[in-house]
Amino acid sequence: MSDSVVGSQLPVRPTEKPICLIAADGKRTSPDLAAGFELPASDILLSLYRRMVLGRRFDVQVTAVTRQGRLATYPSAVGQEACEIGAVAALGDDDWLFPTYRDTMAVMTRGVAPADALRQFRGDWHMGFDPYEHRISVQATPLATQALHAVGLATAAKLKGDNVVALTFLGDGSTSEGDAHEAFNFAAVWQAPVVFVIQNNQYAISVPITKQSHARTLADKAIGYGMPGYYVDGNDVAAMYTVISAAVVNAREGRGPALIEGLTYRVEAHTNSDDPTRYRDRDEEDAWAALDPIARLERHLRGTGDLTEQLSAEIANEAETLAANVREAVNAETELDPLEIFDHVYVIPRETLAEQRDYLARELASAEQESDR
Amino acid sequence: MTLVHEPAAPATAKPSAPISIAGALNAALRDAIEADPSVVVFGEDVGPLGGVFRVTDGLAARFGENRVWDSPLAEAGIVGTAIGMAMYGMRPIVEMQFDAFSYPAFEQITSHLAKMHNRTRGAVRLPIVIRIPYAGGIGGVEHHSDSSEAYWTHTPGLTVVTPSNPADAYSMLREAIASDDPIIFLEPKSRYWSREDVALPVTTAPMTSAVVLREGTDVTLLAYGPTVRTALEAADQGALEGLSVEVIDLRSLSPFDDETVGASVRKTSRAAVIHEAAQFGGYGAEVAARVTERQFFYLAAPVLRITGFDIPYPSPKLEEHFLPTADRVLAALDTWEW
Repeated sequence: MSDSVVGSQLPVRPTEKPICLIAADGKRTSPDLAAGFELPASDILLSLYRRMVLGRRFDVQVTAVTRQGRLATYPSAVGQEACEIGAVAALGDDDWLFPTYRDTMAVMTRGVAPADALRQFRGDWHMGFDPYEHRISVQATPLATQALHAVGLATAAKLKGDNVVALTFLGDGSTSEGDAHEAFNFAAVWQAPVVFVIQNNQYAISVPITKQSHARTLADKAIGYGMPGYYVDGNDVAAMYTVISAAVVNAREGRGPALIEGLTYRVEAHTNSDDPTRYRDRDEEDAWAALDPIARLERHLRGTGDLTEQLSAEIANEAETLAANVREAVNAETELDPLEIFDHVYVIPRETLAEQRDYLARELASAEQESDR
Repeated sequence: MTLVHEPAAPATAKPSAPISIAGALNAALRDAIEADPSVVVFGEDVGPLGGVFRVTDGLAARFGENRVWDSPLAEAGIVGTAIGMAMYGMRPIVEMQFDAFSYPAFEQITSHLAKMHNRTRGAVRLPIVIRIPYAGGIGGVEHHSDSSEAYWTHTPGLTVVTPSNPADAYSMLREAIASDDPIIFLEPKSRYWSREDVALPVTTAPMTSAVVLREGTDVTLLAYGPTVRTALEAADQGALEGLSVEVIDLRSLSPFDDETVGASVRKTSRAAVIHEAAQFGGYGAEVAARVTERQFFYLAAPVLRITGFDIPYPSPKLEEHFLPTADRVLAALDTWEW
């Protein structure tokens, strides 16, 4: 990687065109599009490819079981695998991920078991895993709020002298929220080791990016905060991984935050209750389908000979096993204790909650007696 | 029963000296920062200036910019970053400069600060104190005199406390900082400079308990923060008219000390709650409902609310007409049939 990008203490301005290392046809791009970044080694590319295939299979399966009524809702990230996987792959074990509701694929990729990752969307509890076990915060539903948590955590780590980086995802719509602005500004002023990854998937439910921002790019917003901004092809996992990795290294080495915009596309509806035919047309969907992140890396790896038929079959098998895990996880009956809804509201127990807990316990007991009769 | 109005000096403590609420809060912050390396203080103007009310005076100079610092001017940012810091093991104390300036942080406080422990099934604790100078009586221009306690007390997950005197200011702030639950710490700004003799450090009644400040037999006045003085004045005036008034400083708005309040109301059979905030949907409604539900058969009269009017806080030259006074309290008690 060239010194002009990594190791520079000067803010880097977003490029004219999105940074891209592997084009949609699977071929390497010209140096001007690479903007000084170098293509990762083939073993890294193969690993990214494998994780994207698994990530998509996971998401497709979850969307399918949601349609069968197994989950309360599910926001799919199909089409955004390069952003999801590229970001997670760039993080170290001690780093923290601050995901949004659409980033279950990233959560699963970072090591959370499918059953735990989906607990929130099954409706069992608001969160299904221990944040400290995987260094993943809750999947935030209120937009951009988690970006401030990432800045705070990164600042605390910096104050304690730990080499921890916090990466937060954001969507294009959430950049209109005040919390996004405050997070960018606090991070820059405090030089917090934070990486902001905006997945510009073109839509906030139904509202297109043109109604969200008048800026040339969302990456350009970084200029105003005095931090480096990177405008990246969000369907090129090689570019996403490489640029995010550079930003993570810079943050870890004390050179402050960075803002990365990945241009991508939300292939599925916002959630299962959305109807995209009301606000976008087929031609647009087809145009983006031609830029698919997995197909393009597959073309590239087949061209280089790194992805063999055997390896491809192994990955496909692994993906089917994962899909079976998902089906098993969502079909398994979970035992929920209704009385637990009182147990974690406060650290210090409250008398009024104990009274209300007793009330519910009596109600449950009498309902049970009723059904025994 | 703990009487904190006239704190007794412990044998080993320094001799008592006159100290204001602001001074006691400052001492509590200083001692907490000194005692625990994970305690940090940040917010608007809390650094070299010492805060607009000087509550953080001298702390940045004493402890350095890594412990006490000025943040950018954005309340959601202040609370949101405090949440992230607490997730990483710190105990942030943040200041909302004035009550009404806390509203930009409403989402961070209600959707995250209050819910994180519940959402994560107890895995994440957020030991954060949000200090909010609140209420009126200082001739502040618009947006500088709100009493917003009901927003916070209506939010499960938050603990809401408010001291009314210097000894409690010190003791309750130390306890709030040491608590593993997030605390909304409301500071009655019109009382910041009222002084009392206190020997610091001081430990008063537990933060979440109410205390009987004055014993009486005819009526229980329930007050908190800035209206505690109003209640004590009403008790003085009432005594001249032969009325024996019990005054309770609630101190903790959430949780509510049903036991102390209930015992008092069972004794006096009459209760009135006093606050500056507007009446409709206000904290007094909760107090009146709780007392009525739990003590109905001991009550000789309906629970009264003596509060601000249901209007936005008035301009400085008109605020005297808005604030509950001792006269207004006594006039309200006169509406009962005795």
